Amino acid sequence: MNKMETALHELSEMDELASRSSPVHKLGPTAKLISTIIYIAAVMSFGKYRLSALIPMLLWPVLLFQLSGIPVRTCFYKLRIVLPLVLAMGLFNPFFDREPMLYLGSAAVSGGVISMLTLMLKGVLCLMASFLLMATTPIDCLCASLRRLHIPKMLVTLLLLTYRYVGVMTEELAVMTEAYSLRAPGQKGIHISAWGSFLGQLLLRSMDRAQELYSSMLLRGYHEHFHYAPMKPFSAADGIYLFGSTALFLFIRFVDITRILGSRFVR
Amino acid sequence: MIEFKNVSFAYEKGRSVLSGVSFKIEKGEAVGLIGANGAGKSTVMKLLLGLIRGEGEIYVDGLEVKKDNLPEIRRKLGFVLQNSDNQMFMPTVCEDMMFAPLNYGLTRPEAEKRVDAVLERLGMTELKYRHNHRISGGEKRMAAIATVLAMEPEAVLMDEPTSALDPCNRRAVINTVKELGQTKLITSHDLDMIMDTCGRVILLSGGRIAADGPSDQILTDRELLEANRMELPLSLTPRP
Ligand SMILES: Nc1ncnc2c1ncn2[C@@H]1O[C@H](COP(=O)(O)OP(=O)(O)O)[C@@H](O)[C@H]1O
Ligand SMILES: [Mg+2]
Repeated sequence: MNKMETALHELSEMDELASRSSPVHKLGPTAKLISTIIYIAAVMSFGKYRLSALIPMLLWPVLLFQLSGIPVRTCFYKLRIVLPLVLAMGLFNPFFDREPMLYLGSAAVSGGVISMLTLMLKGVLCLMASFLLMATTPIDCLCASLRRLHIPKMLVTLLLLTYRYVGVMTEELAVMTEAYSLRAPGQKGIHISAWGSFLGQLLLRSMDRAQELYSSMLLRGYHEHFHYAPMKPFSAADGIYLFGSTALFLFIRFVDITRILGSRFVR
Repeated sequence: MIEFKNVSFAYEKGRSVLSGVSFKIEKGEAVGLIGANGAGKSTVMKLLLGLIRGEGEIYVDGLEVKKDNLPEIRRKLGFVLQNSDNQMFMPTVCEDMMFAPLNYGLTRPEAEKRVDAVLERLGMTELKYRHNHRISGGEKRMAAIATVLAMEPEAVLMDEPTSALDPCNRRAVINTVKELGQTKLITSHDLDMIMDTCGRVILLSGGRIAADGPSDQILTDRELLEANRMELPLSLTPRP
């Protein structure tokens, strides 16, 4: 399998991960969705130097990985394309913010380094949370619960179709890279001179296929209204999950556990 | 059931794909639409489904193919696309099959019942919960046919249903097609398959109908076929 095919294969695997069974999978999508949103909001609201206080937030994704049986490895493997981008966000902070913040032995650590690490950790945490949501909830259930939260129909349908069309695009890309590399042996990737026509072709071909997919929907009676799988009613387990997770997030957010633990042991 | 009256069509100005095509298909007939690559077979299908508009008149069950009638017409016609990957867009076979019935107002249990009945009939119940990207090309083609049958259409249109299938899967598709009671319009250059499944053949060539008649008459006419860039079906080719 070439690189693209692997990527494609992985993408379709998300559907499969989502259709597995575990206590986390069984929870209602709405509870998981809201909990994830609160989690992300809580993570993002930490101050930019509060690295140590942020670390306990790791607890939640770790717990979910354990409960859902989804390997952490899979998560990082699948996110390996976006992860560097997220990590790169804070890369310049150390250059702008050189004030020493704390001393490890005799080495001074500047505010920039701390804020860079904080930002990176925030990025990773948010990615993990989103991944866990996607990996434990089928996309149409997710869309159904977005609709329940009164997100406009247009947006939700768009999300659903994008999710499907991304597959179509990667598939076209796979075919094209293969055809290209067969005629350019020994060349790594696609030469920059061919990018223009390559991208143009890719766009045209994906559009053709997207058009066919859309006709196939129309021909089977689709008209602006998607029939999502029926929603399970909001269960007691959902309530407990949502309440429990929110309480935990708020606790970690407002009580600096690391400092309390630290002051216990280090005097 | 299906009627083309003097239909012409061009994707680009000046390069006509179909010119003055007329034919009529009665209810229950099985018609093979044959012709070389690029003869315009798929174009005929798209015109019929109202995906593109040409000149002339097209009728389905007495309804003219035009914007206002499209929902009703499309409900009567089940279209199996040439590329099954473009046909199936839901995660599992079952959900894909339920897509049309749900759109046509069935409840979920009703739709699922229909899915079960179709799968049972095609002998592929084990595919129900399989993921669309995890099944083989042959299974996918059968699943695509199943999604269309779940619509309970009055006529089934198939665009090259046996293309890119191995002999065994091809045979499975042919057997399924033969058993369908609906009106059938099947495009292909697999003439053996057409011979097996269709009583009548329409031969397209150069944007016109070059021949229209009983299969055993047209498909055995070597001169006619070769003049239109086709060959005798293998099963009829004399062997030394
Ligand atoms: N979307 C399109 N735009 C322009 N030309 C097209 C398009 N689709 C098909 N054609 C042209 O129309 C002709 C008939 O195509 P088609 O109906 O797909 O043939 P067939 O299905 O018999 O192989 C071909 O010459 C093809 O190149
Ligand atoms: Mg065609």
